[in-house]
Amino acid sequence: MARSQTRKPFKWAPVFDHTILILGALFMLVPVVLAFVTSSHSAVQIAREGIMFVPGSHLGENYSKAMFEKGGFTATIDGMVMLKNSLILGLGFALGKIIISMLAAYALVYFRLRFATFAFWIIFTTLLLPLEVRILPSYEAIQRLDLANTYTGLIVPLIASATGTFFFRQFFRSVPEELAEAARIDGAGPVKFFIDILVPLSQTMIAAIFIIMFVFGWNQYLWPTLITTDEGLFTLVRGIKQIYQTMIDANSIPEYGQALALAIIAMLPPVLIVIFFQSWFVKGLTESDK
Amino acid sequence: MKRAGFTSVWLPVALLLPQLSIIAIFFYWPAGWAVQSSFYLQDPFGFGSTFVGFENYTDLTANSEYMRIAWFTVVFTVLVTFFSLSIALLLAVKADKVIRGAKSYRTLLMWVYAVAPPVAGFMGIMLFHQHTGPMTDFFKALGWDYKILVDYNSTATAFIIVSVWKQIPVNFIFFLSGLQSIPRAVREAAMIDNRSGVRRFWDITFPLLAPTGFFLLIINITYALFDTFGIIDTLVKGEPGNNPMTLVYKVYMDGFRGNDLGGSSAQSVILMVLVLVLTVFQFRLIERRIHYS
Repeated sequence: MARSQTRKPFKWAPVFDHTILILGALFMLVPVVLAFVTSSHSAVQIAREGIMFVPGSHLGENYSKAMFEKGGFTATIDGMVMLKNSLILGLGFALGKIIISMLAAYALVYFRLRFATFAFWIIFTTLLLPLEVRILPSYEAIQRLDLANTYTGLIVPLIASATGTFFFRQFFRSVPEELAEAARIDGAGPVKFFIDILVPLSQTMIAAIFIIMFVFGWNQYLWPTLITTDEGLFTLVRGIKQIYQTMIDANSIPEYGQALALAIIAMLPPVLIVIFFQSWFVKGLTESDK
Repeated sequence: MKRAGFTSVWLPVALLLPQLSIIAIFFYWPAGWAVQSSFYLQDPFGFGSTFVGFENYTDLTANSEYMRIAWFTVVFTVLVTFFSLSIALLLAVKADKVIRGAKSYRTLLMWVYAVAPPVAGFMGIMLFHQHTGPMTDFFKALGWDYKILVDYNSTATAFIIVSVWKQIPVNFIFFLSGLQSIPRAVREAAMIDNRSGVRRFWDITFPLLAPTGFFLLIINITYALFDTFGIIDTLVKGEPGNNPMTLVYKVYMDGFRGNDLGGSSAQSVILMVLVLVLTVFQFRLIERRIHYS
């Protein structure tokens, strides 16, 4: 054919598509890159010039001070303590939520329960009602139970919503019914079926939900701010508030470099997890909400 | 429920017990307490309280500051939802279309999901800084006398930009997965029927993405209402003063700074009702998606 021999006209559409995507990617990336670049400068320089566009020479100093120098009002916490607390909150929340919600979802899906519908509604009313809506009463409850400034008080109230149970309920319902039937015929009881068949079958789902919940727990801010007044329990995300608070209170030059270093450290673990376990994470996020 | 269900009586109860007791202690008890104390006026020194009926609620509707904050919350929610959904949709459509670099774009556009709102707000402090912030320079170059924390609209703009930035990844992930689940046959048929990419998008892709869009609409509304707390608190450095704030921030201010227990509880109850309405709506959507998928 004659037409195929003529040179193809240059297509502008892909250029346009890539331009939009590159602009989008830059929009997401640039603020964090600038924060990182700025975190390599001295406090004096940042106070005078603000955001910096070329790297400075205080990178190591800022990060080691942020991690190892004792700070806060009582001068007892450093970045390492906050990192430990963030890990406890992220891991405790994710594990607690997965265990509790898997058990509840198992009961709801695999047992003939007289009050199943009632339990279902009791649990799922909590689905979208975030802790932010009921902070004051939850805070009062924690005070009355004497759980303020404890890891239990920090973690457990956050678990009190049904998102995880909902995820697992949906997943269990998609597991073929014949499996449970076959297990019963083979003489396996409900406990054996759960541990030997259902949990291994849910591995991918558990991993996906673990990532989502870890990030959620790690990034908590309002609840830790209210419930932990003891600096020894501060998380990294909570600690950032403390830094700018001391910035305002003290009339000296704010430690911007250290604060930015801490902000970078606070975002590193969840960001890396999301990037490295991307396919699990995306799967968990999009499939669980169906 | 499964037909091949197990028939134990005590085991399911034991399995449900942890979840139910946590919900009872940390959800129903506080929620009930909030409803109760919203009908009382607390003595500021903690010496008891008097029943005042709906007074806390009527006080709120008569309070011009509260109504102004409610109005700001509505505008803020609409703008954040609109911009984060439409930007994410545009990016998802393009990311779905390109062949080269598709995976890298996906990663680059979703990783911000993992950044905590207050961390985003903290970067906002630097970027929108009154004297040294590049965004301030940018707005000034456009002829806007931009002054964060001094001028109401300047602060609101910073809230919205940071909140949209933080929310684009979630929407992008859902839209992209929605696009990728459109069957090949449908795409190819559309390609044959219609050569215009724009027409194809509005006639075929957009309607097929509608369920995802509705679902995300609710997610985004709840995000703008509640999850932006960390962004706002950081940007105003904990001292909102005359700056705009959302309803959740007001609950926090009145309850923890102002010690107005009754008023704060009434506000909590209003928010709870609002969220419950959204939940019911959401639930119907989810159930429908299950039936058809």
